[in-house]
Amino acid sequence: MLESYTMKTRLTKFVIHLILIIFSLIMIIPFVWMILTALKTNQEAISVSPFIFLPQNGWHWENFVTVWKNYNFLILYWNTLLMIFFRVVCACLTATMAGYAFGRLRFRGKNVLFALVLIQMMVPSQIFIIPQYLMVSKMGMLNTTFGLVFPGMVTAFGTYLLKTGYEGLPRDLEEAAGIDGCNIGQKFLKIMMPLTRSAMVSLGIFTAVFAFKDLMWPMIVSSKAETTTLSAALAKMQGQFSSDYPAMMAAAVLAIMPMVIIYIIFQKQFVEGIATSGGKL
Amino acid sequence: MKKNKMSAAMKREERWGWAFVFPTMLGLLILNFYPLFNTIYQSFFKTGDFGLGNIFVGLKNYQNLLMGAGSGELYQALWNTVKYAIIEVPFSVIIAMLLAVLLNRKMVGRSVYRTIFFLPMVCAPAAVAMVWKWLYNQQFGLINNVFHAKIAWISDPKIAWISIAIIGVWSILGYNMVLFIGGLQEIPKDYYEAARIDGANGFQQFLHITVPLLSPTTFFIVQTRIIGALTVFDLMFMVMDKTNVALNKTQSIVYLFYKYSFTNNNKGVGAAIVVILLVFIMILTAILQKLEKTIVYHA
Repeated sequence: MLESYTMKTRLTKFVIHLILIIFSLIMIIPFVWMILTALKTNQEAISVSPFIFLPQNGWHWENFVTVWKNYNFLILYWNTLLMIFFRVVCACLTATMAGYAFGRLRFRGKNVLFALVLIQMMVPSQIFIIPQYLMVSKMGMLNTTFGLVFPGMVTAFGTYLLKTGYEGLPRDLEEAAGIDGCNIGQKFLKIMMPLTRSAMVSLGIFTAVFAFKDLMWPMIVSSKAETTTLSAALAKMQGQFSSDYPAMMAAAVLAIMPMVIIYIIFQKQFVEGIATSGGKL
Repeated sequence: MKKNKMSAAMKREERWGWAFVFPTMLGLLILNFYPLFNTIYQSFFKTGDFGLGNIFVGLKNYQNLLMGAGSGELYQALWNTVKYAIIEVPFSVIIAMLLAVLLNRKMVGRSVYRTIFFLPMVCAPAAVAMVWKWLYNQQFGLINNVFHAKIAWISDPKIAWISIAIIGVWSILGYNMVLFIGGLQEIPKDYYEAARIDGANGFQQFLHITVPLLSPTTFFIVQTRIIGALTVFDLMFMVMDKTNVALNKTQSIVYLFYKYSFTNNNKGVGAAIVVILLVFIMILTAILQKLEKTIVYHA
């Protein structure tokens, strides 16, 4: 009886791992194939019979060197980093202030204003793009970091997220500080804001990842190779390298690597950050 | 709360409140609310050629898109988008739920599996699409070579939309799974304990405890996925070349919007397309909200 029970749990465990491993392979194979292709010569990449999985005749790191030089990846990384940095700073700063006000303070017009925040979250963001583009264009800010950052300077979603964070904090903390003679600004800076750190980290990660992934906006406002982001540059390269598969895969590897490495190091924060903030995608 | 009866402290609080929401509200006004109305406004204009102003055409853009010469392309794009959603949403939700149930236990390698499934979420869709395009390559691609097939995955109009939806499922699976794991952890363990004592097997427990108690999470995921799928763009744009013969049978509504607004520089029509999309999504959201009461199990 006991023996058959352990046999059964072992079998269940085996089946569970088997299913998970099969799906893991499906998730991993495209990445593995991307890296392997990037290390082959074009001749090897398109040789069909016999079909080869591993690079023969050595690993061709020079594909990376070629795309790095041709596309000046250093500038692409820099542009992307700047855009992400400013978007994260702007989003966190404005959202934590507004989130505090909506979550903790009483003022007239609060419900109406918060309703506007919610409405923004319900509307698909494509509807804003044409006028946003025209504004950037009229300001003469096409092909600038400002142009890339522009639509992400405030965040309705982040405001909502931080409001929930502030609401969850205990009331008496603030009251104690009020007795000690802090004004609202000091209370916010010294007591409340540090306590919502985890929500801020979530918002920061979420903002960074989605800025990094964004394709349409950088393509629209940044058509030049020197001012654009990694995503938009990939779209351009695809047109140019269309039949040099190792070069394209090398470019794709270079584009995703920084984020993948950061993700693997901080995976817990990433998964939590993106999942808890998953309201709008 | 009358104005003249407000204490000094309340007035102070009010001023702080306004000051704190000011940057966000100003930003939303400039970046979102003005553009929302401006897009609707522009949809009534024919975009002028270089140097010429826009010409007011009333409802002509809509008439053309909904009933006139542009209607074929618009309805095809709408249908393509809906077809994409019909594959992406159910598959990404059901597989994710299965994986979440399997992972929702103490086991070896749990966080490794989670890290792997979630990996596409941090990758630029542009790069993901490039890799899949290479995997799908008819002559040299891995998939055709492993299965000794000659399928034109992305240029046969009959299957290209499925191929793209597969990339969509692959990309979003891990994200849905993480949300499901969050939902599963909120179900009290004693429910399963009680069911086991009553002699319910694993499948019965799943059907009678997990499914109903997880339904709020499921509903939330389905709703966000539907809207996400209806606004699909990146994958389509990267996978489908402008010369691809299957483009017409796969391009999504946002792809069409992008093409009119920024490639053909016909922003009036582009604005009308995106307004139609907005209306479509609003109607769908309203229907989903109605359904929520009947589908979701409220304990």
